[in-house]
Amino acid sequence: MQLLFRYANPHAFMRLSGALLPFTAAATILLIAIGLYLGFTVPPDYQQGMTVTMMFVHVPAATMAELAYGVIAVASFFSLVWRHPLSDVAARAAAPYGALFTALGLITGSLWGRPMWGTWWQWDGRLTSFLLLLFVYLGYMALWNAIEDETRAARAAAILGLVGAVNIPIIKFSVDWWTTLHQGESIISGKLAPVFLWPLLVMMAGYAFLFVTLWMIAIRTEILSRKARTLMLGGP
Amino acid sequence: MNFWDMGGYAAYVWPAYGVSALGLGLAVLWTLKAYGAAKARLKALEERKT
Repeated sequence: MQLLFRYANPHAFMRLSGALLPFTAAATILLIAIGLYLGFTVPPDYQQGMTVTMMFVHVPAATMAELAYGVIAVASFFSLVWRHPLSDVAARAAAPYGALFTALGLITGSLWGRPMWGTWWQWDGRLTSFLLLLFVYLGYMALWNAIEDETRAARAAAILGLVGAVNIPIIKFSVDWWTTLHQGESIISGKLAPVFLWPLLVMMAGYAFLFVTLWMIAIRTEILSRKARTLMLGGP
Repeated sequence: MNFWDMGGYAAYVWPAYGVSALGLGLAVLWTLKAYGAAKARLKALEERKT
């Protein structure tokens, strides 16, 4: 915990992220390039044909949508308990990327669903709870922008950030709890054939590094902007 | 099998990849643009102050 607080200092974060960014950016490019190559060279699935290649953009986007919300929930918890200003910055910075990944998950899922299920959309547990995640993201971002006082905005957003986290296990277990067109979990259970699993894992790692890279840059942007606002107000 | 045909599913596969590339590409551009603008603004303020 002490280590976490040491690097949660804005100056320490700027130094650490400055050193890490070239590596996370390089890892993003490398992993996505390898993932695309592996993904486009898989054989057709015996049931889904070549639509299976959509898995390599749909699943990473959907996974990152949930992980980004996890980041917001954890940072919100830190913000409410320890009132650490960098927690607010970290939570706020993750939201637009989480919303983007959610939108991409919905669009690519719909494009995959049409040829496989015969429909673009179904109001079932998984799809509806995932759509709700997009609305939670949009509401979270709107709340930050709606309250002028930054401290009050951070407090309100942190509460929403924590409350909205209830939706994450609902998304995860929706395929077990309710009847759905969406397939069940197949990565951890080992149901996915290795020929599809490896490209998927590489793409997921690539998306994760992309999120970390963009998130760190967004946090740096917010730290610089706050410094500029302090200067404008005549601060040190 | 023709690669671009994607086994007859090209109309679904390529838009999925296209929208992903577009979305993520725009996110990268937007993030870098915002970072550059924040850096330039802070630099201008610091120069004005000194």
